[in-house]
Amino acid sequence: MAEQGQADERLARSSLLQRFSTRPEFGAVWGALLVLVIFIIFAADNNMFGWRGVTNWMSVVAQLGIIAIAACLLMLAGEFDLSIGSMIAFSGMTMALLIHNGELPAWGAVAVTFPLAMSIGWLIGWLVIKTRLPSFIVTLAFLFILRGVTLVSARLLNGTTLIGYLENHKHEDPLVWIFGIDVFQGLYAWFAEIGWMDTLPNGKRAVEGLPMVIVWWIGLTIIASYVLQRTRYGNWIWASGGDPKAAMAVGVPVDRVKISLFVFSAFCSTLFAALQVFDFGSADAARGQLKELEAIAAAVIGGALLTGGYGTVLGSCLGALILGIVSQGFFYTGVDGDWYRVFIGGVLLLSVAFNTWIRKKATGGI
Amino acid sequence: MNKAKLAAIVGLAAVLAAPAAFAEKYIVITHTAGTDPFWPVVQRAAEDAARDMGVEMEYRHPANGDLVEMARIVEAATAQNPAGIVVSLPDASVLGQSVRDAVAAGIPVVSINSGGDVARELGVLAHVGQPEYEAGLGAGQKHAAMGAKNILCLNHEAFNVALEQRCNGYRDGAKADSFEMIDVTSDPAEIKTRTSAALQKDSSIDAILAVGPHVCEAAIGALQDLGKEGVIDMGCFDLSPKVVNGIKEGWFNFAVDQQQYLQGYMPIVILKLHNAYGLTPGGDILSGPGFVTNDNVAIVEQFAGQTR
Repeated sequence: MAEQGQADERLARSSLLQRFSTRPEFGAVWGALLVLVIFIIFAADNNMFGWRGVTNWMSVVAQLGIIAIAACLLMLAGEFDLSIGSMIAFSGMTMALLIHNGELPAWGAVAVTFPLAMSIGWLIGWLVIKTRLPSFIVTLAFLFILRGVTLVSARLLNGTTLIGYLENHKHEDPLVWIFGIDVFQGLYAWFAEIGWMDTLPNGKRAVEGLPMVIVWWIGLTIIASYVLQRTRYGNWIWASGGDPKAAMAVGVPVDRVKISLFVFSAFCSTLFAALQVFDFGSADAARGQLKELEAIAAAVIGGALLTGGYGTVLGSCLGALILGIVSQGFFYTGVDGDWYRVFIGGVLLLSVAFNTWIRKKATGGI
Repeated sequence: MNKAKLAAIVGLAAVLAAPAAFAEKYIVITHTAGTDPFWPVVQRAAEDAARDMGVEMEYRHPANGDLVEMARIVEAATAQNPAGIVVSLPDASVLGQSVRDAVAAGIPVVSINSGGDVARELGVLAHVGQPEYEAGLGAGQKHAAMGAKNILCLNHEAFNVALEQRCNGYRDGAKADSFEMIDVTSDPAEIKTRTSAALQKDSSIDAILAVGPHVCEAAIGALQDLGKEGVIDMGCFDLSPKVVNGIKEGWFNFAVDQQQYLQGYMPIVILKLHNAYGLTPGGDILSGPGFVTNDNVAIVEQFAGQTR
């Protein structure tokens, strides 16, 4: 018991910086700032931070950010999803085949594909729970199954593994605009009018608007962060990954939570696919390769623990920001793009070491 | 002390950034994941041309061979506003808009290798490559003349329309009784085992076309294991030292040489002349097809894998 006159250390005031330094995303914030500073120094001359440049790398960040949120939430619950990349290819090809071969309207293809993919997500979660096999193994199996089904169905039904020229369906179908248009076009037009944005030789402005992928990413980040930090379901996610047995003992529906997160992962993968299909107007059986590992890497760089129960959505988004800026940034600096893989490996190791140190500091060495 | 360090860092950054700021820069973007021995020849050619023309050249490709990633690289190149962009077009439905945007931004673009059929619609100055279907057609006709009746086409890039065109041309040129195209990936072990499986499944196959040099190199292993090298007619697309040796040994009847060195070299020359004098070729430049057989292999041999 604390002596009289001596303040309880739990009630001691700590500075904002001290409190922030114990957050899971602390390392990722500094990492993101460092990466930005480096590229501002070395790539600003090459328009990396002009309108076109920022739109370019932010689209890559947003794309990765969407699946990183799913990977992060699953990791918080102590699970993995290695089928993310294959699910991207599967969902994209399903949409394309339904439009191209099935002659469904684009909204119909979307309406069929999302429930189908989420059902597969449910099946993955159910298998993990019922068989008690590690999610690593179950989702690894689905990585192969989904990629194989995508290749076979594309070849069988279409004779090729790539279906293109789907963008017309987007323009004919207002409901699908949410996946493929650029928003705030009026605002961007005004920026061009007042000289804030350069125009092209043909008179068009440098950037038409804000790509929808960025809007989706920001929206998902806000919603997922709110759910995780401010709702009972969010507490259940932490508990499911932190100590599942203790969580079950106090009535947390751990199995249901984990299955729902696999469904959410499938949703994010399908969203990623839809954004690509209607932005680039095509689907390809080769899409999404290694995206599951990039998503996990983004979550880990953002401070999530592989063992579960520790990390934040904001951290995973910062991880995506770091990876996205670097992956495109190399193309603005003249450095060989293959160094990106070396960078991911190095940053992963540094992040895990740094985040482990931060966590020990935060939890008093536990 | 800290100010001195900061000054040193800023100074170093300025020195490193300076060459990029002043040299006339061209960006070359191709579509594979860098595991195919075909592309280093293109890269070397572009480097040679850049040196000869007194310009700067950057070579880029997507990490996983994903065409959406490639489209993003084209967008990144456009944002840098270089003096010119060189791009391969394995599928215009994915890359078309990015190329159009580059052209709209006032950047001269030359396409290479694949996509010659759609290049002009996208607004490019010229295309340097071989007509893929016609090249495959020629290969098929060669095997038909050798009496091939049941043919197999080995494709290592399932997503690449140009390679499918080669196989389709091969099918039409051979006018065979049976035709199959299989996806063998770019992994040598996979190529060998999948080729072997196809040959064991159908023992009537009497001719094979591999649409990449590394595919030929690996597939010959399957033929050797089955004792069918020199028995089954085999043609290759593109050259490598092993393919050249295989032609000499009699394992391969021919190689379709698209002279990819031209695909790396000529676009830089075209762009330089266009920027300096407003000159533009009146049509596309056909880098191939040329056929390398036992008759002319000696001339080609010394440059295989370097400029051939």
